[in-house]
Amino acid sequence: MNWYVTPHTRSRVALDKLPVLPYARFHREAAELLENDRFHCAHYFGTPDRQGITIYCIQLNDESAKAWIYSWQYGYYAHEEYPSLSAIHPAPHPFERAITEQFGVKFKDHPYDKPLRFAHDRWNRRAGLKEYSFYQIDSPALHQVNVGPIHAGIIEPGAFRFICNGEIILHMEVVLGFQHRGIERLFGATSNWLRQAALSEIIAGDSALSHAWAYAAVIEKLTGKAAPDRLERERTMAQELERIAMHIGDLSGLCTDIGYQLGQVACEALRTISINTIQSWYGNRFGKSLIRPGGTYYPLESAAGTRIADHLKEIRRRLTEVCEDLFSTPSVLGRFEECGKVSRAQMMKIGAVGLAARASGVPRDIRQSHPYGAFDGFEAVILDTGDVMARARMRYLEALQSIERILHLLRDNDSQELPHPDYTTPLPPDFLCFALVEGWRGEICHADLTDARGILAHYRVKDPSLHNWYALSLAVREAEISDFPVNNKSFNLSYCGHDL
Amino acid sequence: MIAILFILMAAVSLTGIINRTRAKLSGRKGIRFWQHLFQVRLLLRKGTVYGTTAGWMFRLAPLVYLRAGFSAALFIPLGGYPALFHFEGDVVVFACLMALARFFLILGALDTGSSFEGMGAACEALYGALVEPVFFFIFGTLAMMTGYTSFSSMFAALSAGTPETVIVTLLLAYVIIKLIQVECGRIPIDDPRTHLELTMVHEVMILDYSEFDLALIHMGSWLKMGVLATLAGGVIASTIPYKGMTLLLIFILTALIGIFIGAVESIKARNRLNKNATAVVTTASLALFAFLLVYIISLNITLD
Repeated sequence: MNWYVTPHTRSRVALDKLPVLPYARFHREAAELLENDRFHCAHYFGTPDRQGITIYCIQLNDESAKAWIYSWQYGYYAHEEYPSLSAIHPAPHPFERAITEQFGVKFKDHPYDKPLRFAHDRWNRRAGLKEYSFYQIDSPALHQVNVGPIHAGIIEPGAFRFICNGEIILHMEVVLGFQHRGIERLFGATSNWLRQAALSEIIAGDSALSHAWAYAAVIEKLTGKAAPDRLERERTMAQELERIAMHIGDLSGLCTDIGYQLGQVACEALRTISINTIQSWYGNRFGKSLIRPGGTYYPLESAAGTRIADHLKEIRRRLTEVCEDLFSTPSVLGRFEECGKVSRAQMMKIGAVGLAARASGVPRDIRQSHPYGAFDGFEAVILDTGDVMARARMRYLEALQSIERILHLLRDNDSQELPHPDYTTPLPPDFLCFALVEGWRGEICHADLTDARGILAHYRVKDPSLHNWYALSLAVREAEISDFPVNNKSFNLSYCGHDL
Repeated sequence: MIAILFILMAAVSLTGIINRTRAKLSGRKGIRFWQHLFQVRLLLRKGTVYGTTAGWMFRLAPLVYLRAGFSAALFIPLGGYPALFHFEGDVVVFACLMALARFFLILGALDTGSSFEGMGAACEALYGALVEPVFFFIFGTLAMMTGYTSFSSMFAALSAGTPETVIVTLLLAYVIIKLIQVECGRIPIDDPRTHLELTMVHEVMILDYSEFDLALIHMGSWLKMGVLATLAGGVIASTIPYKGMTLLLIFILTALIGIFIGAVESIKARNRLNKNATAVVTTASLALFAFLLVYIISLNITLD
């Protein structure tokens, strides 16, 4: 057996059951799956041990709700050649770059052989952005524009280098990795689950609930204690509330970027109502400390449930009104339509996930393909134009869909007693476990390995932004440089989720 | 003298009117009416910081910009009240002063050596070139209607005549308002509130200016808007046959223009940058249409 197949709901694998392939075989198998449209790569990461580095690859089958896991090993003194997977299929390029960066594994013929989370040569601390080898096109007719890494306002650091012909962008290169928070290492540095849960919430502050759920799911799968139905339902509601708030906030941001004040203020107001709805549940607007492994301190009381339902109906009414106006205003359509198009083929190729991929017709949604929580029978919204308009409409349609789901879930009032969070159950030793969650940006995958003592030794996080930053580069090709901000906002990718 | 006082008043209050309109239409409380004046007062008290790549042109530009704007204002009459300076052909001098202000601002922006400012300056130069014909068509039409080439005599001679002239004059007033949107960088041409360098036109050119110099440029921009709005107000006022209280009438009209600009900014998204040139040329063709209309009327062709 070359790979280990598991349904994602029982995604706990004893390490000794995982086959270790020779690289050549791994490469052949993985490349075959990558070529297959029904599969995509959820995670591909390395973990060091005494003998060398074991590299695990998790590929998802979108049709059968199963995951294919395989691994290969890299000895510290190995001098083998490792042909790059990205050379055949670009989707895993960020993963391979991360492995190169973390462990010095060199992949041959890697098409984008640049550091992922360090904007310069990691071994030379004096090097900076000036030494970074940006792609160049030699022509007197072209000019370069650099934006960042420090931006106006309070957004996070990231450098964008444009190669322009006049005002038309030929290529945009994104350089990230200025934050170095060391999130993954911090997970390994503590065995306190409460700390780890709090850490998971700051992986990307705007997806606090989704990442916290992914962490909780990992721990629950490891301990083998499944969360009770009511808890899963409440987590679903919380995550959908986060989705609604963020989608509406992004609509507001899109309006700001095109100078459309009416849409901006209307959506800002609705976003405030959405996050205040989360607050009215238990006191925090961003859903922090709501989702914890094994239980919760904040079960949804029926009064709060009624309040949420009332708020959501109000949001639905106003959002429909605002968006009908927004998507029928000629000056707005003039900015959104045919702007920043990414084709389905491109999205497939770069392995894009989440909302941006669905706006281009790629049906990737964990809620549909690998249902978790209370997402049974979920059908994802798919649009096919792949422009800013599609990404804006996706946000509107998904927000409505999430409202419907929460209202539906609220009808089930189940007074099952919910346990308190569990921070003490021992973990089984030598296990690999992963959890998949569809955050509002896209698929989040957390994977972890326990060591021989049953302590969480390695934690690997994948935020959807990791895949989708390259989609932004593709979107702005041939676009007017002044359309970059609205394109950027239409993806609204996470800097910290990428930088970790 | 009344004219220049009025223009100064219009210059300082129009920004406030636009801000208030936007705030009201978006359901916000909004900033104080005079907030922009407080901000400039604060800026005027400070010293100035210059970039290391900026040369003398960068330092000269704000002075020329404000000075040219102020000089241009001296030629503007207020309805029937003549301007401080007037002579035949002062329309051309006015246009030259406006162009001079723009020219220096562009040079100042290029002098910083920043790629953003270069792109902004390129846009500004393009719009400047396209907007010049609009100006000359408007005042060429008025000159043809009245027979004078000085603002003061033109406005003195303008009166509500036949319905045809009223229609043409109102059309011209509309074109002047469009002109304000281009010249002063308002939505749909430019977004004065954006924080995104890549989408700015006017704002990006003044990105490197700080404190005192920035205050000069703000005042220059206010003057520009005050001058153009007063002109538009005067043109509309001339179509109203009631001749008493011209001052009050123009006052109300100028305020209404501010409200109009603010309202457009609230309910319209700005153009895609490459559509701006088309928008300005469309405005120019409207002005040309008015010009031809007057020319045909002046030929007195009668149909049997």
